[in-house]
Amino acid sequence: MPTTLRVNDTVHDLALDSRVTLLDALREGLGLTGTKKGCDQGACGACTVILDGARVLSCLTLAAACEGRHVVTIEGLANGDELHPMQAAFLHCDGFQCGYCTPGQILSAVCAVQEVQAGVPSHVTGNVRQMVDAATLTDEEIRERMSGNLCRCGAYANIVAAVRSVLAAEVRS
Amino acid sequence: MRAITYERAVGATDAARAVATRPGAMFLAGGTTLVDLMKIDVLTPDTVVDVRPLGLSSIDVSDEAIAIGAAVSNSQLAWHPVVRDRFPVLAEALLSGATTQIRNMATVAGNLLQRTRCPYFRDVHASCNRRQPGSGCDALTGFNRGHAVLGVSEQCIATHPSDMCVALVVLDAEVRTLLPDGTTRSIPFGDVHRSPGDTPHLEVALEHGELITHVVIPSLPAARRSRYLKVRDRASYEFALASAAVVLDLDGDTIRAARLGLGGVATRPWRAAEAERSLAGRSASDEAFRDAAELALAGASAREHNHFKIELAKRTIVRAFAAAREATP
Repeated sequence: MPTTLRVNDTVHDLALDSRVTLLDALREGLGLTGTKKGCDQGACGACTVILDGARVLSCLTLAAACEGRHVVTIEGLANGDELHPMQAAFLHCDGFQCGYCTPGQILSAVCAVQEVQAGVPSHVTGNVRQMVDAATLTDEEIRERMSGNLCRCGAYANIVAAVRSVLAAEVRS
Repeated sequence: MRAITYERAVGATDAARAVATRPGAMFLAGGTTLVDLMKIDVLTPDTVVDVRPLGLSSIDVSDEAIAIGAAVSNSQLAWHPVVRDRFPVLAEALLSGATTQIRNMATVAGNLLQRTRCPYFRDVHASCNRRQPGSGCDALTGFNRGHAVLGVSEQCIATHPSDMCVALVVLDAEVRTLLPDGTTRSIPFGDVHRSPGDTPHLEVALEHGELITHVVIPSLPAARRSRYLKVRDRASYEFALASAAVVLDLDGDTIRAARLGLGGVATRPWRAAEAERSLAGRSASDEAFRDAAELALAGASAREHNHFKIELAKRTIVRAFAAAREATP
């Protein structure tokens, strides 16, 4: 079926089978292989993209259901050769080993920081009535908010450090 | 995945009719259950009708009730300031489930209609009365550590996986639906999910093509003192082994009324009415909570690997009530 996808501010007209997921449309249809296929069943987070401003799993999203919606992938994060602050933080903190989960981790982390800035609670926020504060956010909060992204190399400690460094920079600014 | 026809709904009644007139059609919302199960051939619709374009994504707050659109995401609901303030049990239940990515996709109606995580249901090579009526149940004598101890039958012991539903059942929510003939009805939340009995494949009391439009939570001032406690194998991103949703209405140290829902241990979102009644008039002590927990699990029936859930659920109930007792209303 004809499907129009808006990916990283570029509009693409595709002819897709109705079964094609957003993940496969990005990788196979558009050649945007930065979005990774890990488990392909909603368990690992490697396929995380930002859809209309919210982080989602592209492996459980039908491409046809994205008509008219805005997709951001890892390819759309940098500004030319200037890395997004979260990309730079992952490099600086060594937040990866093999790198396969990294695009999903980074997109998820970008949204996690926005959610913290909005003050919304997580499962480990003791009192859901309170707004969380980026300046005092615990490592436990970062780990909970990033729990949808698995890293088989176990780079979690450095991923937490990368997210924390971006949060700290946001607080300073 | 089998071939499907994808249709975008343009009107709610048309969408209901589009599904009702085709036995092989299903509604598609967030996709976290349907697309997952289509990939492994557990669900094999020939047509999916995408209901997201219908909107139904607002949360309308009044003094009497909160009306939640069927397509409101689990994140949107959990993060809503009025939900967090008036119904902390619901915000906590939602935040304890899945991950932010999945909560951003999953809708309220989709969460309500999600399917069991029983591994035999999810494996088309296994026997499962819920997936294929009359084929048997491999869970009865198989690896049943995660399975239910309440509301079970000889046909099925699959656990209902939702956290959100456990909160909604204690809040006496109502489910508003649209029928294919254009009429609407309202179903008490506790009547939506069915126990498996002899017909485990009939999971909910909805007609084929009946579209959920809203979930309505009536005002309940006592719910300001409410908690959801979930016990699981991992600290995050895991289904409950046992969970409790509790509401405590206190007059000083005396319980005026209490509500108790259980998750992770039952075949449907479970309300422990007798345990609730036993607490009215008693002092809010751990002893009273333990007595209520004994009543709540009195009818439990375990299999080889899930006997531990009975004691675990009791302790979860006591801890949840104790946390509610200490909470700021």
